[in-house]
Amino acid sequence: MTELVDAVRSARRVVAVGAGTKPRLAQVPAEFRRISTAKLSGIVDYEPSEFTFTALAGTPLREIAAEVAQRGQYLPFDPVLTDAGATLGGTVAAGLSGPGRFRFGGLRDFILGVRFVDGSGRLLRLGGRVVKNAAGFDVPKFFVGAAGRFGVMAELTFKVFPRPAGLRTLRLDAQDGAAQVRMLQEAANTRWEIDALEAALEESAIWIRLGGAPVALDALTAEIAARWPARTLGEAEAATFWSELAGFRWAHADGTLAKVAMAPAQVGAFRAAVRAVPGARGWVSNGGNTGYVSLPAGAALPALTWPAVTLRGTGPLWSGPTRRFDVMRAVKAALDPENRFPNLDD
Amino acid sequence: MDTLTSASPSAAVVRRLTALLPPGRVLAGPAQLAAYESDGLTAFQATPLAVVVPETADDVIAVVRFCHAEKLPFVARGSGTSLSGGSTPIAGGIVITLNRLNRILRLDPAERVAVVEPGVINLAVTAAAQPYGLHYAPDPSSQSICTIGGNVAFNAGGAHCLKYGMTSNHVLGVKAVLATGEVVEFGGPSREQTGPDWTGLFVGNEGLFGIALEVTLQLLPRAEMFHTVLAGYRTLEQAGDAVAAVVASGLLPGAIEIMDALALQAASAAVHADYPPGCEAVLIVELEGPREVVAADRVRLDAILAASKPVEVRPARDAAERLAIWKGRKSAFSAVGRLSPDFIVQDGVVPRRRLGEALRKISAWSKEMNVRCANVFHAGDGNLHPLILYDGREAGALERAEALAGRILRLCIEMGGSITGEHGVGMEKREYLPEMFSPDEIDCLKRLRAAFDPLGIANPGKMFPVAGAPALAQHGLHPLEQAGVISRE
Repeated sequence: MTELVDAVRSARRVVAVGAGTKPRLAQVPAEFRRISTAKLSGIVDYEPSEFTFTALAGTPLREIAAEVAQRGQYLPFDPVLTDAGATLGGTVAAGLSGPGRFRFGGLRDFILGVRFVDGSGRLLRLGGRVVKNAAGFDVPKFFVGAAGRFGVMAELTFKVFPRPAGLRTLRLDAQDGAAQVRMLQEAANTRWEIDALEAALEESAIWIRLGGAPVALDALTAEIAARWPARTLGEAEAATFWSELAGFRWAHADGTLAKVAMAPAQVGAFRAAVRAVPGARGWVSNGGNTGYVSLPAGAALPALTWPAVTLRGTGPLWSGPTRRFDVMRAVKAALDPENRFPNLDD
Repeated sequence: MDTLTSASPSAAVVRRLTALLPPGRVLAGPAQLAAYESDGLTAFQATPLAVVVPETADDVIAVVRFCHAEKLPFVARGSGTSLSGGSTPIAGGIVITLNRLNRILRLDPAERVAVVEPGVINLAVTAAAQPYGLHYAPDPSSQSICTIGGNVAFNAGGAHCLKYGMTSNHVLGVKAVLATGEVVEFGGPSREQTGPDWTGLFVGNEGLFGIALEVTLQLLPRAEMFHTVLAGYRTLEQAGDAVAAVVASGLLPGAIEIMDALALQAASAAVHADYPPGCEAVLIVELEGPREVVAADRVRLDAILAASKPVEVRPARDAAERLAIWKGRKSAFSAVGRLSPDFIVQDGVVPRRRLGEALRKISAWSKEMNVRCANVFHAGDGNLHPLILYDGREAGALERAEALAGRILRLCIEMGGSITGEHGVGMEKREYLPEMFSPDEIDCLKRLRAAFDPLGIANPGKMFPVAGAPALAQHGLHPLEQAGVISRE
């Protein structure tokens, strides 16, 4: 911890780097000193009875997921790139959640506290270490998706949930893109309490994951299959499907990968935007609220009508209609008065 | 504060403010101001210079820009139900009431979002969503009267936070006028976002950043089925053990609540709630979800409760019995308030596993200091709501009650918890903020505040400790509580 503080203080410009699974976040000019959080790794405190854990920022998600799974718990925001070695801190910096965020919310909804070094080199702890806290401004949430522009994270506290007793995955086939959007919206507004709701762009398919007691899942699966043509995936097939999805296996391995925030009704427009770019592929997550677009190496992200963040590859980190207000610069100056961390537009 | 003679500088300010808006929107008469002197924390009172009643977002923007130009402090106010004194006026400042900005601007059932003005009542959002099978999840017990603007400012909680989170987990976007007069838009209709979470930073700002003008809320499908159980125990500790067993089982109930003997006694007297006799504590657990899931989970819950040495377990057999259980629970605090002329409501949080220990200490201190204390709390998330009873007419009673309150707050901090789970710091707990955060951390929070409000005119005197803070006067029932309209949670 003191090493981290020293490292931040000793350089004019600083950027933190985790496992590098979202390299665009730390793609900054050479003048920046890159601080690796690799040694800042380990679970500091895990209390299954509290539904909370605290871990150092460089802890691989894989380690955390395995530890909490031993006690029948999981990270409900459903982290991605876990197998690739993604760290907890990097995932916060990227603001990335997986398909399971559909049910209980994303990473922002499970972060409780952050310990970080601010631009003045001070080690600060804000938020709390219990599941409920309303004291002070919600700085932990503010760090989600902030790409290290306001501080270097040292330690994070999160809420976890008990893992559902069983999972069931169904694949549904829509007639066309319009039917796919309708199904996304309709499935989201049912009694089923869907755990994940995903859609492919290249084919008009939808995947629904349910969580709960196996006996209950039998009944819900039957009801869904009675409404739309559906196929239930076998256990191994489902596990492979979700793990490949979390690893962005559908995307170009060495190309550009970006996330966009949209509304379910815009899935059709998103499909058209992706199809307009030669070689581009796309995926729709989170019931149509999250889109991913992947481009072959060298291709530039097209101008989009949605706010986007580039996770790897070329192009601006944040693009689309990202609104800029005077207060944003003022907040940046408040947390990083010497402009030690990358700028909001870097 | 100078008196409001027509020649005084204050009178000139009021005249300029009045000229800014259509007639009748600025109240400055003593009788008009009296109604706004305090909020749900009646201990604090102050007389504002004027109360402004805007009807549109543009009115609010104009008033905030006026305050900025005049360096005039202001506080936004909804229904005035804050339990931490969050909407207490600033003496000589402006109160901006938002109750007339009460339009639901958009409700999209297909996308499951609602865009509302800040004066919309919490429960009105659910009422509007209900025809589509949707609801707005955060349910503070003042939900029939508190406004979304206030919920956003204080990140309001409720009985279902363990599973669904607080207000901030349901706010997708905010349009606000900041204390500088800048109008900003954070977030949007998507349940996803890119870049720093400005919306998340804004929610819970306690009115220190500015005023929300439009709030985008996510709506959720209403659970198909509820299974609500009330279990009575001989001791508080047994009820606490039952909570631990439920949590350890892997079930995720929508709510887990406990009421102690004094709270039970009060609820029985006030709303004729019927509890198993001879119980020191009652536990309420609610499961919710698709009927098949609830049916399966219920078998497990029944087994856990049967093994927890209850005096009696009473499942609600229908919707009416479920409502009766919740009525008893939600009325408990105002009911306890009737046992005593004055009381202090607290909102500390302890790690769930230390609930029993915390309650034992509170009970021992209560006896030792001769101050009665009732407990009703969100056991699922360790959020205590000790209700400290005293009689303000009795010499030294308030000081003893405050001393007990202080010991409880420090206990929460020592145990690694928080001084507030859902009521916010406001005026009530601002002196305790430095016990939870270091000087550097408070400096960081203050810098953030200054970035949004360099002049310090937005709700000054809240959250941060102030030199020469006004003393507590009394803690009687809020007028709306007396009327049975709201209850504290």
